[in-house]
Amino acid sequence: MQTATALLQVLSAGIGTGAVYALVALGFNVVFKSTGAMNFAQGEWVVMGGMVTALLIGAFSSIGLAVVTAVVLVGIVGLLSERLTVQPLKKPDALVITLVTIGLSIVSRSLVMLVLGKKPVGYSGFSGNTALSVGGVSIQSQTLWIIAITLAFLVVMHAFFERTILGKALRAAAADREAAAIVGVNVGSTVLLSFGIAALAGALAGAIVTPLTLASYDQGAMFGFKGFSAAMLGGLGSLPGAVVGGLALGLLEAFGSFYISSDFKDAIAFAVLLLILFVRPSGLLGRADIVKV
Amino acid sequence: MNTPRSTGDLLEVEGLTCRFAGVTAVDDLSFRVKAGEIKAVIGPNGAGKSTLFNMIAGVTRPTDGAIKFDGARIDRLPTHARARRGIARTFQNLQIFCEMSVLENVMVGRHLRGRATTLSALLHIPSVGAEERAMEATAMALLERFGLAAKAGLPAGSLAFGQMKVLELARALACEPRLLLLDEPAAGLPHAEADKMAETIRDLNRDGMTVLLVEHNMRMVMSLSHDILVLNNGRRIAEGTAEEVRRHPEVLSAYLGEEAVDA
Amino acid sequence: MASIEAKTGPMTHSRLPRRGLSRHARLALVWLALAAVPFVVPNAYWISLANLALINLVLIASLNLLMGYGGQISLAHAGFFGLGAYASGILNVRYGLPPWAGLPAAAVVAGLGALLIGIPALRLRGHYLAMATLGWNAILVVFFTQLVGLTGGPNGLLGVAPFSIFGHALDTEAKAFPLAWAVAFLVMLAISNLLASRIGRSIRAVATNELGAQSLGIDSFRTKLAVFVLSAGMAGIAGSLYVHINQYASPETFGIAPSIMLLVMVAIGGAGTFYGPMLGALIYTAVPQILLDYEDAELMLFGLGLLVVLILFPRGLAGIPAALAGLVRRRRA
Repeated sequence: MQTATALLQVLSAGIGTGAVYALVALGFNVVFKSTGAMNFAQGEWVVMGGMVTALLIGAFSSIGLAVVTAVVLVGIVGLLSERLTVQPLKKPDALVITLVTIGLSIVSRSLVMLVLGKKPVGYSGFSGNTALSVGGVSIQSQTLWIIAITLAFLVVMHAFFERTILGKALRAAAADREAAAIVGVNVGSTVLLSFGIAALAGALAGAIVTPLTLASYDQGAMFGFKGFSAAMLGGLGSLPGAVVGGLALGLLEAFGSFYISSDFKDAIAFAVLLLILFVRPSGLLGRADIVKV
Repeated sequence: MNTPRSTGDLLEVEGLTCRFAGVTAVDDLSFRVKAGEIKAVIGPNGAGKSTLFNMIAGVTRPTDGAIKFDGARIDRLPTHARARRGIARTFQNLQIFCEMSVLENVMVGRHLRGRATTLSALLHIPSVGAEERAMEATAMALLERFGLAAKAGLPAGSLAFGQMKVLELARALACEPRLLLLDEPAAGLPHAEADKMAETIRDLNRDGMTVLLVEHNMRMVMSLSHDILVLNNGRRIAEGTAEEVRRHPEVLSAYLGEEAVDA
Repeated sequence: MASIEAKTGPMTHSRLPRRGLSRHARLALVWLALAAVPFVVPNAYWISLANLALINLVLIASLNLLMGYGGQISLAHAGFFGLGAYASGILNVRYGLPPWAGLPAAAVVAGLGALLIGIPALRLRGHYLAMATLGWNAILVVFFTQLVGLTGGPNGLLGVAPFSIFGHALDTEAKAFPLAWAVAFLVMLAISNLLASRIGRSIRAVATNELGAQSLGIDSFRTKLAVFVLSAGMAGIAGSLYVHINQYASPETFGIAPSIMLLVMVAIGGAGTFYGPMLGALIYTAVPQILLDYEDAELMLFGLGLLVVLILFPRGLAGIPAALAGLVRRRRA
């Protein structure tokens, strides 16, 4: 009986963390799709989302308004970042863009540190710091918020990519830049858009997870890394892959640290990650060209 | 280990089939390339020429059938292993090492003739230096033969389109292949350069090179080839000399459309 | 006008003209100049920085071989550095083997570490190696940290013996300098030799045009794997140097952050240029010393500097002269 309760407890924690990873992975995938680059700045946007929300809550006194404003502001930061650093590149290949995002992450981190400070900040959950008890299993209310908001965001994103012209253009450019350019898609603006969406998704992840973890300027690398792992696990560039990968990574970590050892928590998650990649190198849902050998 | 060559056929294609997602690009195709001949594959767009070419070169895997080179099956070998057996190729849309010099491009073509290993190269034992000088001399001689010697030190990406085509041919020849696969050698070239390319291919063949080419330029194919294979919808519709193929009714209809036959 | 025509007219030589010194002579001259470093710097602290710079050079030059010439990205270079350091250090501390035995062992262990991840990752097109190595480095750090019995854990591996020559321990920075100097020279020489051979050309050919390379008989998978393993092996050698010169190693030196920084230093120095890594090593060694004193704004400046170099000089600092020359040539044309 007690083991069943514990199991559910770990499961809910894993899903909550996994949902956050899924959002970060989604941002990572959108940029990967449009540029082929690994976006090292993704995690910094998560931190920005949390810290800006914390700053705004004092001014707005409404958590919802603070979250929305912070997410939009960070989205604008994402757009600006692309215009200032990626767009001026003479030869924007994947490697150069990857290196540029490393520079971007360093600048973003120091900017956050200088403007918002070094101290970790936090705020209470969207329904206060309450916990719900379901059949002996205690679940943080914020975990439910995280799951609900992530789901809502995924639905919006799905509609965006499937229904809107802009979303379709983005998908077309990701599938084949040259062909998309020929039929009149402005490929440069799809890269801009992808940075905007990635920043939006990252900031949202930061805003909803901060009540559980606090936000601090130096967490960006960790979030970026987790999001990247989730993206790789699910299948690079695949949106459903981001969700599956995020949840899988969250659950892996939760169960790994519960049943084996929290010291090796990260190693277990990565070992499983590498194992899956050995067996299915393109990720759980991804498709990749395998070189014929 | 030499397989006896019973037939004099350098390349044998038997029942070759390739399907992509329900579309049959090449359908149960069989033909031979005799040692020492120039054979051309022609056909309208979508006839399956490129797919056939890619299967022989090792880029596309056949769904069914066999490809034999010098009596041994090669259809499961990767591209580089086919090159090792003696098949070299050029590309329709050029696969030049743009950032390397013209000379280096041809020297890469000498790769298979070199003996240096990673270890001996790291240590730079004397034979490695000698090998380098020999490779350079051979590559330079090839460039001189094709009129590119003056460009040897330039980045290959800076050449004109026609020069790149010639460079790719020189690079393929650097392998000293026994079968040369040419993917539309005249495509994109102005008349004079296409004629010069044809002349070059004829010279090579006169020196004993076996050539299989896919080409759209009819003038070139007709004047150059000993034997022509005509494809349509992935099947052979005719095979023979230029004269035979030219008169074949199915070839006329495939190229000119049905009305030409009706009229 | 006539003079320009004469200059650009067709060459009549059948060999390429070679200007100036041979590559071996140039490298030897540079290293002779470097030999003066211990005599001109003010104190031992500076010599320790010089040693570190030489170790960093081995790291960055070997990563440049993989990235600049081989066209592949590894985000586990610091991890392989660590594998080498711990292999050499542990063999010495726990099993009593001399550092000279640890040096080749370090190269082998790091090379094997690369082989293990390279075989699955390099079969995929695109930058899968970058992805897989990022995860690999993360795992390595966990092992460096958690296998306390072997590695000493977060407290680090203590009591590592220095190299010694004929019973004479190289236990000061000044005594260790000639060793770091010589090993760095040998690594640079080996890279230069490799690049000037058919193997080096095949590495570059695969990076530039894989399909073209395969059509000429080059096994692109094996070529990529070989250069990846070789580059990791060199990082392992750097690790052995590091652990015996510092007589200490701890996990944070070998994490993902240093792996990323090494990548950045290859790009800043000039990916695919032979002497670019020397600039990269200089900057990589100097930056933490500067950032040590002023923490906040300098990080920002460093990031901005990186962005400026990447946007304005895609070929790195070593590519600036060529970029300027190109500009001048275009003006004249």
